Amino acid sequence: MALSESGRRVAIVAGVRTPFARAGTTLRGVSAIELGKIAVRELVHRTNLDVDALDLLVFGTVIPSVLAPNIAREVALMPLLPKRAQAWSVSRACASANQAITDAADQIALGHATIAIAGGAESLSAVPILHSRGFSDVLVAAAKAKTLGQRLGAFARLRPRDFIPVTPAIAEPTTGETMGQSAEKMAKLNQIPRREQDALALQSHLNAAAGTRDGRLTAEIAPVYVPPSYDQAMTEDNGIRSDTNLEALAALRPVFDRRYGSVTAGNASPLTDGGAAVLLMREDRAAALGYQPLAFIRSYAYAALDPGEQLLQAPVLAAPVALQRAGLTLKDMDLVEMHEAFAAQVLSNLRGFESVHWAERAGFREPVGAVDRARLNVLGGSIAIGHPFGATGARRSTTLVNELARRGAQFGLMTVCAAGGLGFAMVVERR
Amino acid sequence: MSPVTRALRLSIEEGVAVITFDLPNEPVNKFSESVIAGFDTILGELERNPAVQAAVLISGKPDAFIAGADIDAFLEFKGAPDAEAASAMGHRMMLRLERSRAPVVAAIHGGCLGGGLEAALACAYRVATDHPKTVFTFPETQLGLIPGAGGTQRLPRTIGLRAALDVILTAKNVRARKARQMGLVDELVHPSILRDVAMRRAKELASGALPRARRRPRGVLALLLDGNPAGRALVLAQARAMTRRKARGNYPALDAAIAAVRAAYRGPRERGYAEEARLFGQMASTAVSRELIFLFYATTSLKKDAGVAGDAPAPLDVKRIGVLGTGFMGAGIAAVAAMQDVSVRFKDTTHAQVGRGLSAVRDVLKDRLAKRQVTRQQFEDQLSLVSGTIGYAGFGGVPLVIEAVFEDLAVKHQVLAEVEAVLPPHAIVATNTSTIPIAKVAERSRRPERVIGMHFFSPVHRMPLLEVIVTPQTAPDVITTAVAFGRKLGKTVIIVHDSPGFFVNRILAPYLNEAGRLLDEGVAIEEVDGAMLDFGFPVGPITLLDEVGLDIAGKSGAIMAAAFGDRLRPSDSMGRMLAAGRFGRKGKLGFYRYDQRGKKGGVDQTVYEFLPGGRRRVRVPKDEIQRRCALAMVNEAVRCLEAGIVRQPRDGDVGAVFGIGFPPFRGGPFRHVDASGAAAIVQQLQRLDAAYPGRFTPCARLVQMAKEDGRFYPQKGKPV
Repeated sequence: MALSESGRRVAIVAGVRTPFARAGTTLRGVSAIELGKIAVRELVHRTNLDVDALDLLVFGTVIPSVLAPNIAREVALMPLLPKRAQAWSVSRACASANQAITDAADQIALGHATIAIAGGAESLSAVPILHSRGFSDVLVAAAKAKTLGQRLGAFARLRPRDFIPVTPAIAEPTTGETMGQSAEKMAKLNQIPRREQDALALQSHLNAAAGTRDGRLTAEIAPVYVPPSYDQAMTEDNGIRSDTNLEALAALRPVFDRRYGSVTAGNASPLTDGGAAVLLMREDRAAALGYQPLAFIRSYAYAALDPGEQLLQAPVLAAPVALQRAGLTLKDMDLVEMHEAFAAQVLSNLRGFESVHWAERAGFREPVGAVDRARLNVLGGSIAIGHPFGATGARRSTTLVNELARRGAQFGLMTVCAAGGLGFAMVVERR
Repeated sequence: MSPVTRALRLSIEEGVAVITFDLPNEPVNKFSESVIAGFDTILGELERNPAVQAAVLISGKPDAFIAGADIDAFLEFKGAPDAEAASAMGHRMMLRLERSRAPVVAAIHGGCLGGGLEAALACAYRVATDHPKTVFTFPETQLGLIPGAGGTQRLPRTIGLRAALDVILTAKNVRARKARQMGLVDELVHPSILRDVAMRRAKELASGALPRARRRPRGVLALLLDGNPAGRALVLAQARAMTRRKARGNYPALDAAIAAVRAAYRGPRERGYAEEARLFGQMASTAVSRELIFLFYATTSLKKDAGVAGDAPAPLDVKRIGVLGTGFMGAGIAAVAAMQDVSVRFKDTTHAQVGRGLSAVRDVLKDRLAKRQVTRQQFEDQLSLVSGTIGYAGFGGVPLVIEAVFEDLAVKHQVLAEVEAVLPPHAIVATNTSTIPIAKVAERSRRPERVIGMHFFSPVHRMPLLEVIVTPQTAPDVITTAVAFGRKLGKTVIIVHDSPGFFVNRILAPYLNEAGRLLDEGVAIEEVDGAMLDFGFPVGPITLLDEVGLDIAGKSGAIMAAAFGDRLRPSDSMGRMLAAGRFGRKGKLGFYRYDQRGKKGGVDQTVYEFLPGGRRRVRVPKDEIQRRCALAMVNEAVRCLEAGIVRQPRDGDVGAVFGIGFPPFRGGPFRHVDASGAAAIVQQLQRLDAAYPGRFTPCARLVQMAKEDGRFYPQKGKPV
């Protein structure tokens, strides 16, 4: 890995995303592939990219379409892009777009590519609903049947319960625990009070609302003319609540443990539709083409732990490694961008950063340290803005590097927790 | 493989003779006398060679089978007997192909047109490729002719009467799948196995495994209508009635084609062929055919015209464009660009306007999906090429911006300043204005030499013409780029020099004014429209005013009057209509009545209440109406040539026919002068000028031509 080698660093040139819409609202009729295309198309236009020079496109998605499982290829086949560009899709739960970005960055670092687009998209309005196993078996048998009798025989095996469709749940296949139950467990294990969770959620909304109001967030958004009529143009996220307050958040009932729980719809990220993409280039290529990159990738690290333990705590293991690879410490970070799956998870991760126990688990003597809250998620996070699983990593990378650039700051740390007990951390630098 | 003739190669493999048609130094294969002689030689050789069991006819051209007869030869016909003899020669060749001892299989990839289709029909079996380039067409009626090498006889025998009449009379392109469905071809294959499959079928025909005479199962309707004399009589009568109604007697080839098809069902086949040859000869010597063939040459030569004389600089490669203004014109331009895989940055000032524009683009593209001209994937791809924006992001990489904003000079100047600030320096700004001089738009430009006019006609996706408007400052590569891009969009492009109304609207003005003057005098609306329909225009002038919108026509009329004085002063009727708040079809209130959905009804009798002519109708003979309207246009067209607004008569004729619908069978205003004789035209103009002073003064060029017995085009040989 030669991510920080001079002249060959991986530059984040620009990022664009669709507005993020709560599932079942404005963008419910737009597929993940379409959302991805809208983001990539606008990215190409805004950067005046000579598309013939594009080497590859990597895209993340968590719930792929059964009919078009390689979303990256579908997006790359939009007529604007050259057919010869490589395209593959990646899946690492909520870190999928981060995986897309590091995959593309690796290809650039290896010298296999110089210009890449990475991102992700998710439509949680259109989750595939599956037939039951029994019904599928019958359909397969009927398709193989050679005679009418065999075909009828196959259908005769159908039972009423076979007609019940299967909806994919956001649950761990190994533990059966849903994401919310995991967050609830983490709140209890790490002793995160409800009040703190609601306060963090409120801060997320207030920061995101301010960023929307002053245009810092909306600047990264490609307007979506909503089909089929196009008479509505969606230009900002629709989940951000500038008018919420602690009282309103405190009034919400816990969802996953109604008696002793603290995780509510208000302090968790909502199901969301959206797409996002970033343009990556090798540093010298960007300079030759006259681009002024927003930032460079200095280091990254992935980590994993037992999903039956603290499902969303792996960022605590990834961050010190990424910082070590960068040769930097938390104190050097001007901004910290931490994924907000749940407020309980953010607060657990923050406590983990300060814990010697977690430092030792990560193989370090010293903990990462306490994050200065004034530098944390300064434009809000997934709780307010929304969380289309496959897109979030690219959205947050864009927000982080744009804000670093606006502040004239130097270093930024990003962390992501993901299903399966996976975690990610990345350090970016401006100069 | 040996070249038997210059155009034909013959190779014999496993008892199958493969005849490869590959006309040297030509992009497509065409039949000519020497090619036919070559076929005669080869077919004779095959008859004598016992080693040959079967044959395959295939093209050596990429993506083109046979384009038909070489039209250059038609220009040499000295009269009907010449043409009839040429047709008879074609018949002999096709009969020889049909009756060859060794059955011949046509292996068709690419365009199979006219004589090419007739040759394919004479073959014992037709294999074609399932490929978008493979189309079957009888274009003859569009040239005022009928298929003359057995097409009117063999086509109905192959696909039935109704389908045959449809293919011949409409000159439509039949795509491969449809051709298979209607039985025009026997089988569709992938291009890579075309030759192999054709050879296999040829062997099967020779061995008898595949019978030479095959019957296709047909439906009940086919049995009732195509399969018996009474049904056929009904179909033929209906076809005749429909052509009469649509062509108003101006296109005799349609009647001739029906008569020839009818002969296919009467008496021995030889009589049918003889009748086809006779009718072909008759049609080939009509003035209608002469003018339609002229238009073919004119549009063909325009396709090779780069737009600047001498060494033309290479046009810029335009893969992305910006379109400013998402109204009806902007949306039409964006849609036709997307159809050609051009990426469009589609900008207006508000999201609501952009959304409406995108919706209009979608409607245009969706129409093609509904007609199955594109697949759903192609439709979605094309739609995705148009990206809406309210900012100039993305304009930094486009070589061409087409401006279609509101027709107001200040607005255009502002938009020009904004877009030039972000465009790369070599980029071209084209304005789609129809009323503002290009020089006026360019005067505030940082780079006036890179400003040009691209005057599209509405609706953009239907109208075939594009006027490229140049000023003395316009750089040559800007012109060649605008021309090449217009052509890429499928438009016939003419170069017009900057002047009020450019060319098309300039010559339209006196024509519409004259129609209005007839109303001023009290002539009935339907009389004026009817006379011009009979003259050959696709819509009457009064209907056209309703369609265009009287407000727009009025605005344009005022500009023309300001520029050219009384000669182009609009009629009083026009002013009265505008004063009455009648703007034509869009307001459902015009010279005609419109129902709630905008469907046109009869003349709105109430307009006579306030027109200058009053309630009583005055009768003016039809030919006088025609003369007044048409000659006003013709005279103005020649003035444009005089002033150098069009470069040559060809451009003016094409502009009038494709931009206005000047009767194609008259070739255009300049051809009309040549056909009537300049002296006769001048005489008529002088007479009209005496009756209506100031409007019909023949222009100097016409007067001079009348004196010298001059013409715009050569009398003989290729017209352009």
